[in-house]
Amino acid sequence: MKNSFRNGFHVLQPGFGPAAPAKTASDEVYPNAAHSYIAKEVAAKTFQDVNLCYQCGKCSAGCPVRDYMADSPNKVVRFVQLGLEQAALNSTTPWLCAGCLTCSTRCPNDFNLAKFMDAVREISIEKGVKTKEKEISSFHEAFLRQVRLFGRSYEAGLVADYKLNTLRLLQDVDSAPGMILKGKLSVLPHKVKDRKTIKNIFGKTTHKKKRNG
Amino acid sequence: MADAGLTYGYFPGCSQKGSAREYEMSLLKVAGKLGIDLKEIDDWSCCGATSAHATNHRLANALAMRNMLLAEQQGLETLVAPCAACFNRLITTKAECRNHPESKKDVEELLSASVSNTTSILNVIDLFDKASNGLIGSGRVRDMKGLKAACYYGCLLVRPPELIDTDDSEQPDSMERIVKATGADVVEWNYRTECCGAAHSISRRDIVVDLSKRIIDDALMHGANVIIVACPMCHTNLDMRQRVMRRMYPSHKEIPVLYLTELIGLSLGFTESELGIDLHYIRFNMPNEIMNQTAQA
Repeated sequence: MKNSFRNGFHVLQPGFGPAAPAKTASDEVYPNAAHSYIAKEVAAKTFQDVNLCYQCGKCSAGCPVRDYMADSPNKVVRFVQLGLEQAALNSTTPWLCAGCLTCSTRCPNDFNLAKFMDAVREISIEKGVKTKEKEISSFHEAFLRQVRLFGRSYEAGLVADYKLNTLRLLQDVDSAPGMILKGKLSVLPHKVKDRKTIKNIFGKTTHKKKRNG
Repeated sequence: MADAGLTYGYFPGCSQKGSAREYEMSLLKVAGKLGIDLKEIDDWSCCGATSAHATNHRLANALAMRNMLLAEQQGLETLVAPCAACFNRLITTKAECRNHPESKKDVEELLSASVSNTTSILNVIDLFDKASNGLIGSGRVRDMKGLKAACYYGCLLVRPPELIDTDDSEQPDSMERIVKATGADVVEWNYRTECCGAAHSISRRDIVVDLSKRIIDDALMHGANVIIVACPMCHTNLDMRQRVMRRMYPSHKEIPVLYLTELIGLSLGFTESELGIDLHYIRFNMPNEIMNQTAQA
């Protein structure tokens, strides 16, 4: 278990510590940033306040996929803190996040950044924002289509679906025969009996895609 | 110690029936030999995996909870989830429903059933380190000395620390204890809990190859001759992706990757094909010390 100083210690009382700095011109640009649509939406999905992050950057320092990102993970948090919705939703960083939880584990203020990334990604889908990381979003869609149909992931169907949707027809084409011979890629799906419940869950939770805005 | 007569629910997860079928083969063989009773949940479904929690958290919660609900209904109090990703989805959903009544209510509505949310979830490290501590040593017929194992935990067996009963999420040693019980040596190395790129395996293969190569190279640099994993995704990325590494880097040195259950199975006397080790892409050759013992026996 992680030691946390969140349990009341750092909650400063009025009059404790230095006075708040005077407002500058830049504060006026985003007067109610913490109450912006995006910050509220993220808070509702993650049960945590985005302002827990004080931008120390430890998450980005330890992120295994930081090298492949245009915006560092803590910068995306900053976008949301400032209410910069478009910048946050158009960033490819949430899509590149591998969900390894290194950031969430190391955060000195217990901000669950991986959960935050899940929320930003989900909001961008709800808002119909198309990510530039098309392969990653197509993979998730193809995976969930198999689960919706069969109740389980059907790897052969997933690979075929993904390839048709991304037109990456030749990638890994040399792995497939070996996998089938080893019995690792079953030709037929394993189906769940109670597919009605699965269908119901998908029916009630699938995002109705809206136009951007 | 494993409680005699206790039946564990078994949640295989999709990979165990396909790309990681040797993981299931070896787990069931080992459990059978050690007297651990695993009962597969009837009509289990996908936990949702990365794709669900990455895009739709209500869907992710409902898919994971459906399996814990089935376990409850089938009288299984403890579930063993050998796949690290399934394990993590189950404990995350369980915690969210425990801490946030609104999430629990939503899941119950989606499943049209009420859940007590009391199922305990174990991964294979929990199963062999805590629940059946000592069993491996007493059932061992082969000393696995000569193997220098790099124990690779990856992400989802050690994080997040508030949900996982691990000794240390940055420097764990539970897998090392199990490996030592088989007689193998463990090496000290740096990449035990670094990410292999996980679900980007197909969509961003370039990232996965880079990250996995760093892990493999570090294990080799520290003198390992085998990497031990307990996650189907880690296995795919470290084993199968070495074919791509070989093409991209002609100097790439190969290293076999075994599931923890396969190593335990070898020490309990099973053959490589009984455990599915011949299904791997990188061939595993038993060191001579172990082969000689088998010849003498």
